[in-house]
Amino acid sequence: MTGVDLRPLLPEITIGLLALGLLVLDLVVTPEDRRLVGWTAIAGLIIALFPSAVLIGGTRYLAVFNTYAIDPFAGFFKIVAIVSAILVIAAAMEFFRDHPTAHEGDIYVMIVFMVLGLAAMAAAADLIVLFLAIEWVSLISYVLAGSLKADRKSSEAGVKYFFYGAAASAVMLYGFTYLYGAAGTTNIYLLASRLATAQPGFLTVAVVLILAGFGFKISAVPFHQWTPDVYEGAPTPIVAFLSVASKAAGFAALVRMLYVALPADAWVGIVAALAVLSMTVGNLLALSQTNIKRMLAYSAIAHAGYMLIGVVAVSAAPGVLGSGLSALLFYLMAYVFTNVGAFTVAIAVSRASGSDAIAGYAGLGQRAPFAAVAMAAFMLALTGIPPTALFWGKVFLFGAAIQTRFLWLAVVGILNSVVSLYYYVGVIRAMWQMSPGETSAAGDAAPAVAGPPAGEPVAGPIETPLLRGVLAVTAAGALLPGFFPDALIRLAQAASLLLKP
Amino acid sequence: MSLLSLVLWIPVAGAAVLLAAPRGEVRTIRIVALVTTVADFLASVWAAGAFDFAHAGTLQLAEQVRWIPSLGVTYHLAVDGLSLPLVLLTTLLTVLCVIYSWRVDLRPKEYMILFLLLETGMLGVFLALDFFLFYVFWEVSLIPMYFIIGIWGGPRRVYAAIKFFLYTLVGSLAMLLGILIVYFHSSPRTFDMVALFQQKPLAGDLHLAILAFWGFFLGFAIKVPMFPFHTWLPDAHVEAPTAGSVLLAAILLKLGTYGFVRIVLPLLPAAFHALAGMVAVLAVIAAVYGALVAMAQTDLKKLIAYSSVNHMGYVMLGVAAAAAAEGQPALRNAAAIALNGATMQMLAHGVITGALFFLVGVLYDYRAHTRGVNDFGGLWERLPVYTGLTMLAMLASLGLPGLMGFVAEFSIFLGAYQIYPALTVVALVGVVITVAFFLWTIYRVFWGPLNPRWAGLPDLDGREAWTLAPLVALMIAVGVYPAPVVDAINAAMLGILNLVR
Repeated sequence: MTGVDLRPLLPEITIGLLALGLLVLDLVVTPEDRRLVGWTAIAGLIIALFPSAVLIGGTRYLAVFNTYAIDPFAGFFKIVAIVSAILVIAAAMEFFRDHPTAHEGDIYVMIVFMVLGLAAMAAAADLIVLFLAIEWVSLISYVLAGSLKADRKSSEAGVKYFFYGAAASAVMLYGFTYLYGAAGTTNIYLLASRLATAQPGFLTVAVVLILAGFGFKISAVPFHQWTPDVYEGAPTPIVAFLSVASKAAGFAALVRMLYVALPADAWVGIVAALAVLSMTVGNLLALSQTNIKRMLAYSAIAHAGYMLIGVVAVSAAPGVLGSGLSALLFYLMAYVFTNVGAFTVAIAVSRASGSDAIAGYAGLGQRAPFAAVAMAAFMLALTGIPPTALFWGKVFLFGAAIQTRFLWLAVVGILNSVVSLYYYVGVIRAMWQMSPGETSAAGDAAPAVAGPPAGEPVAGPIETPLLRGVLAVTAAGALLPGFFPDALIRLAQAASLLLKP
Repeated sequence: MSLLSLVLWIPVAGAAVLLAAPRGEVRTIRIVALVTTVADFLASVWAAGAFDFAHAGTLQLAEQVRWIPSLGVTYHLAVDGLSLPLVLLTTLLTVLCVIYSWRVDLRPKEYMILFLLLETGMLGVFLALDFFLFYVFWEVSLIPMYFIIGIWGGPRRVYAAIKFFLYTLVGSLAMLLGILIVYFHSSPRTFDMVALFQQKPLAGDLHLAILAFWGFFLGFAIKVPMFPFHTWLPDAHVEAPTAGSVLLAAILLKLGTYGFVRIVLPLLPAAFHALAGMVAVLAVIAAVYGALVAMAQTDLKKLIAYSSVNHMGYVMLGVAAAAAAEGQPALRNAAAIALNGATMQMLAHGVITGALFFLVGVLYDYRAHTRGVNDFGGLWERLPVYTGLTMLAMLASLGLPGLMGFVAEFSIFLGAYQIYPALTVVALVGVVITVAFFLWTIYRVFWGPLNPRWAGLPDLDGREAWTLAPLVALMIAVGVYPAPVVDAINAAMLGILNLVR
C-alpha cells in the first residue's frame, strides 16, 4: 500500500475533529453554558454514527500500513462506543446539576477523546497500535475517575485505578514481548501463521500474561479488584461509561487477539475458567452489597463472566443461535442500554437521597414511578428475565455454549443467574416494598394491611425532563429488542464478520 | 386479529388503559378492570363457541405469524380439549378475583394492572405452541405474582415473594436449558412444538433425552409443586392476598401439570417412560405427606395450601402412570383414563381450591381477621350461607361423589391402579386422610358451641356471593353431568397419547 486511504477512517477522523472542536468551544463558553459543550458532543457523536454504520456492511481489509483492521466487527464496536458516550454524556449533564465543577466541559471533551481510543482498540491489528490504544483509553479513564477533585473517594478511585491499570498494562506488554519474540512480528494477522509452530506451554504463558491486561479492562476475576472501589468512588456517569464502553472495547480487542492470533487450544480452557470465576465470584460478592454502585460493580464482574462464555464458544458452524461471537455482540449492545439506564437511575436517586445506599431507593415506586419502573425493568433485564434484550442475549450465550459442547458452562451460567436474581430484586423490593426510613428488609415486620407511609418530600423533582429522556431511550434499548430481537440479531450477525488472516 | 389473540391481549389492553387512569379515580379503575376481565371471559366463551368439540383432540383456531424470522420463532397459538378448559377457567377466575378485590384500597391501580398482566401471562402459557413464546409467557406470569405477593401480601410477604420468585426461576432456567438441548438436536431446527412433537429430536439418544427431561422436570415440578420442591408453596399461598392465593392455586400450579401433559409426554416419551417410576413415587409421597401435613395445620390457608400439594400429587400420579404405559398397547386404555382424570383434576382443583381460598378470604379479610381453625366454632349459627358453601367446597375437595372432584380422582385411581397398583393403594391412603382432615376442619369451624367473639359476624354479602356462585355451580354441574367436559378432555388426551406412541 502506497498511501493512506482516509475514507475508512472517517469515524475516527470525525470523532477526533469533534474532540478538538469541543476543546476550543469549552474555552470560549461561559461557565453557565457548559452544557452547550455536552449537547455539541452529543450532536457530533450522532454524526459520527453514520460512517461507523457504513462499516457494518462493508468489506474487510487492513488499512494504514496493515496496522488497522477495517471490518464490520470494528464498526460494531465503534457504534457501541459512540452510543455509550451519547447516553453517558446526557446522563452526566444530569449528574453535574448537583455536582458543580469547573471541569464539566473538560469531562465531556475527554469522553469524546476516549471514544477515539475505544474505536482504535476495536480495530487495532498490530500489537503496538493495540497497546497505544489501550493506554490512551486507560489514561483518560484514570483522569475521569478522579475528576471530582474535591471528593476524596473520587481521588482515591483515580489513584487506585491508575496503579492497578499500570500494573495490568505492564504485564500485558510483557506478554506481547513473548509473542514478538516467538513470531518476529507485531502484526496480529501475521502472528497467527507464525505462532502455529510455537510450543503450547510457551503460548500458555503468553496468553496468561496478555489476559491479565484484558481481564483488567473487562473486569474479569481475578483481575477485578479495582472494580468495586473505582465504581464506588468515581463519578457515576464515568462509572457507567467504564462499565459499558471500556468493557466492550476490552472484549473487542480480546476477541480479535484470541480469534485471529492465537490457536484456540492455547486459551479456551483458561478463558472458560475466567468465565466461571467471574460469574461466581461476582454474583456471590454482589449478594451482600448495600451500596448500589458497589452492587453494580460486582454485577459488572458477573456479566463479564457471562460474556466470556461467548468468547469460549468459538463456533465451528455458526448458526443464528449457536455462534458465540454474535451472541457476545448481541449481549454487549443490550448491556450498554441496560447498564447505562441503571446508572442513570442511580444518579437521580443519589441526588434525591444524598447517598448511593440501596436503602435510599425505599419508596421510589411512589416518589418517582417512571424511574422506578424503568429501574425494575433494568434489574429484571440484568437477571435475564424475558421479555428483555438481555434475556435473548443470555439465551444466545448459553445456546452457543451448548452448541460447542460447553453444556457445563451454560449450567454454571444458569445457576449464577438464579443467584443474581436475589440482589437485583433487592433493589425492586426497596422501591416498592420498603417505605423510606426502613433500612433493611424490615418489611417482614410491617403490618399486613397498612400501606407504606407517603415518602419524604425531596428537594426538587427526581425526574427531570432530561432524566426521563435518557431513561426512555435506555429503557427502549433494553426492552424493545426483547419483544422484537430480529433487527439486533441481524446486526450482531453481520458484525460478527471478523477479518480473518 | 383473530380470536385467540383477542383472548390473549384484551387484558394487556385493559392494563394500558389503567396505566393512563388517574390514581385517585378508584371506582373508575375497578370498573375498567372488571369490564376488561368480563370482556376477556366473553371472548374466551366465544372462542369455545367457535371450537369444534367433535374434534377436540386436534389443535384448533390456530394462528401462526412469524415473530423472530432469524431464529424461526413464530407466534403460534391454538387450543385443544386440554387447553381450552384451562383458558376458560383462567378468564373466569380472573373476573371473580376482580370482583372479590373490589375492596382492596392499597394502590388499587397497580393491583389491577398486575392482575391483568398476570392473566395474559397465564393465558399465553396455555395458548402458546412455540417454545419461546411459551417460555416468555411462563416467565412473564412470574413477575406480576411476585409483586402481588410482595406488596399486598401478609406479614411475611417479603420472604414469601422472593422465595417464590427464586424457586420458580431455578425451574424455568432449567427448562430453558432443556428447550435449547431439544432445539440443537432438531432437524430442521425449530422451536415449534407441533413440529417437535412429530420430530422427537432426542428419540435416538436416551441419555441426552433424560438430560433434557431433567431440565423440563425441574421447571414443571417446582411449579406443580411436587415433593420435595413444594416448600415455596405454603409460604406463597399463605402470604399472598386472597385473590393472589386463588390464582396461584387455581391456575399457576396448573402451568406445571399442563407442561408435563402438553410438552414432556409427547416430546420426551422414552425419557419420561424411563423415569415414570420416580415421578410416580414422588407424586404418591406428595399425596400422602401433603394430606398428613394439612391435617396438622391450624391455619386455614396453610391447610388448603397443603391440601393442594396432596391434590397435585394425584394429578402427577395420573400423568406418570400414562407415561409408564408408553409402548404397552394393553395399558393404553388405562393410560387414557388416568390422563383424563389428571386433566379433570387440574380443572376440579382450580374450581374447588379457588373457591376455598375465596372462602377463607371472606372470613379473614373482612370479618374475623384470623384464620386459626381452633379460633372458630359454631359459625353455622351466624353464617348459614357461608357455612353451606364452605362445606360444599370442602366436600368437593375431599372427593364426594356427585361433585366435581370425585369424577377426577376416580378416573385417576381407576387408570393408575392398572399401571401402578401398589402406589395407587398408597395414594388412596392420602384420600382417606384428606376426608379426615376436611371433616375435622368442618367440625371445628362450623359445629360445636359458637365462639362468642364471632357473635356479630355478618353472613356473605352480595359481592362475595357473586364471586362464589359460578364456582359452586361448576362444582355441582360438572359433578352431576361431567360428560361434555370429559369428552373434550378425552379426545385431547387420545390425541396426545397418539403422539406418544
